Amino acid sequence: MKHIKGFLIHIILITVCILCLLPFLWLTSTALKGAGENIFAYPPVFIPEDFTFENFRLVLILVPIVGYALNSFIVAFFTVILNLIFSALAAYPLARMNFGGKNLVFFGILATIMVPFQAIMLPIYIITLKLNLTDSYSNFNGYLGLILPFAVNAFGIFLLRQAFLAIPKELEESAVIDGCNSLQIFFKVLLPLIKPSLAVLAIFTFIGSWGEFLWPSIILTKDALYTLPVGINDLQGAFSANYRLIAAGSMVSIIPIVVFFLALQKYFIQGSTEGAVKG
Amino acid sequence: MHAYKKITPYLFLLPAILLLTVFFFLPFFQTIIYSFQDYSNDIYTPVFGTLENYKTLYHSPVFIKSLINTFYFLILTTPFLVVFPLFLAILINQKIRGKTLYKLIIYLPVVVSIVVVAIAFKWLYAPNGLLNYFMEILNLPAISWLSSPKVAMISVALVTVFKGIGYYMMIYLASLMSVPKELYEAAEIDGANEFQKHLTVTIPHLMPTIALVSTISAISALKVFVEIYVMTKGGPLDSTKTIVYYIYERAFENLDIGLASAACVVLLVVVMIFSVINILCFERKKYGL
Repeated sequence: MKHIKGFLIHIILITVCILCLLPFLWLTSTALKGAGENIFAYPPVFIPEDFTFENFRLVLILVPIVGYALNSFIVAFFTVILNLIFSALAAYPLARMNFGGKNLVFFGILATIMVPFQAIMLPIYIITLKLNLTDSYSNFNGYLGLILPFAVNAFGIFLLRQAFLAIPKELEESAVIDGCNSLQIFFKVLLPLIKPSLAVLAIFTFIGSWGEFLWPSIILTKDALYTLPVGINDLQGAFSANYRLIAAGSMVSIIPIVVFFLALQKYFIQGSTEGAVKG
Repeated sequence: MHAYKKITPYLFLLPAILLLTVFFFLPFFQTIIYSFQDYSNDIYTPVFGTLENYKTLYHSPVFIKSLINTFYFLILTTPFLVVFPLFLAILINQKIRGKTLYKLIIYLPVVVSIVVVAIAFKWLYAPNGLLNYFMEILNLPAISWLSSPKVAMISVALVTVFKGIGYYMMIYLASLMSVPKELYEAAEIDGANEFQKHLTVTIPHLMPTIALVSTISAISALKVFVEIYVMTKGGPLDSTKTIVYYIYERAFENLDIGLASAACVVLLVVVMIFSVINILCFERKKYGL
C-alpha cells in the first residue's frame, strides 16, 4: 500500500515537472533546428534532425543580447544596493526608536503596499521626464530613471523591520554602555545580525528588477539601454518570420537568471516564504 | 548632542521617505487630481473639477469590457493558483526522494522572465503548434488558442497559472512545516485515511495561508499586463483587454491623461476593495467576525 502511494506521488510530480519544462524544451528544440528542417513539421519533431547552433550564433551577432544582459545587470545590481541601504535605514527607527509621527510614517509606508504601480505609473512617467531621468538625456540619466522609482519599497522596509524586532534589546543596551552611537550600533551591531533577511531582500529585489518589463518598456527610447525583457520582446518584431531566432534569443536570455537561481536556491526556498508572508 | 538624538530617527528615514514621496505619494495624488481634469479643450491648461472622465469611462463599452475581462481573468486564475499549488505542496511534503529536485523544477518558471514564458507559450499555441498536435492525439479538434475571442483569455490565464504555481507552492510548503505532527498521529488513531487526514488536519491548519494566497493571487490577477502585451495585445476583438492594458493604451498610446487616470483610480479602488473582501471572507474567524 505504502509503495503504491509513493509510486503514485512520483508519477504525478514527474508529470508536473515535465509540464513545467515543456515550454522551454520545445523552445530549445526549435532553436536547435537548422534552416533545412521544417519547424512546423507535422507530427512535431522533438530531437532536431538538422541539428545546429547556427541560430544562437546568428542571434548573438544580429542582436546585442549581451548588452541587454549587461543593462539588466547594472539596473538590477544598483536597485538591490539602494534597496538594502534605504530599507535598512528606514526599518531601524521603525523597529527600535520612538519619535513623533511614527504612526503616520508607519501607516504611510504600509499604504504603499496596497497601491499597484500600474495605477500610478503615468504621473511617475511624467515626473521622471521632468527630472530628465531618461536615456534621451544621457545614458547615466537613463539608468537612474530605470533604478530610482524602484530604489525603495515598503515590502523591504517591513521585512527588515521584522528582522530588527527579533534582535534582543540587551544587545543594543550593552553597545550603548560601550559608548556606541546610533550609527555605530546600526552598522556594527544590528546590520550583521540581519544578514539572512538582507540576503532574502537582495535576491527577491534582483529577480523582480531583472524581470521587470512594463517600466523599462515605457521609459526607454534607445535600444542601447534596453534590458533583457524589453530586448527579447523586441525579437518578436525583428524576426517575426523566423521563430528559430526568437527561440534562440529567448533561451540565451534566461541562462544568467537560471544560473543565479541554481547557485542561490537555498535562499529562494527560504525567502519565497518569508517574503510572501510579510508582504 | 541632545538635538542630534532627536532628529536621528528622521535622518534614518529621510532617503526612503524622499524617494517614496517623489515616486509614490506625489504620483498617487496626481493620479487622483488628473482623473478630475478635463483635457479635451487644451492639454496644457486642463479644467479641474469635472466628472467628465468618469462619465466617459462609464459609457465606454471598451472600458466596461476591460473591467469584465479583468474579473474573468481573475476567476480563471485565482482558484487554480490556490488549489493546485496546495495539492503539489502536500505531495512534495510527503516522505519521498528527490524533493529538492522537484521543488527546483516546479519553481523554475517563477524566476524566468514572464516575457520569455509568454513567448514560449505563443510558440506552443501556434495554429499548427505542439498543443494542437496533442489535441489531435487526444482526438480533439484543433483550437485557435490566441486567435479565437472565446478562447484567448483562457490561453493567457494558463500562462499566468503556469508561471505562478511554483511561487505559491513554496508558500504552502513553508506553512506545512508548522503543522504539528501529533495532529496527524491523532487523526490516524481515529482511523482517518490519507485523504481525511489532510481534510481534517492540513486544510484547517493552512486556512490563513490559503486566504493569503487567495489575496495575493487575486490582486496580481487584477494587475495582469505583460502576458497580454506579449501574446495578444488585448485582442482578438478586445477579448483579452484588461484594465491595466486599457490604462496603458489610453496613457501611452492615446496620450489621454484624464481618461487614463480615471481608469487608474478605478483600478486603485478595485484592488483596495479586494484586500478587504478577502479578509472578510477568509479571515473571519481570525477577527471573530
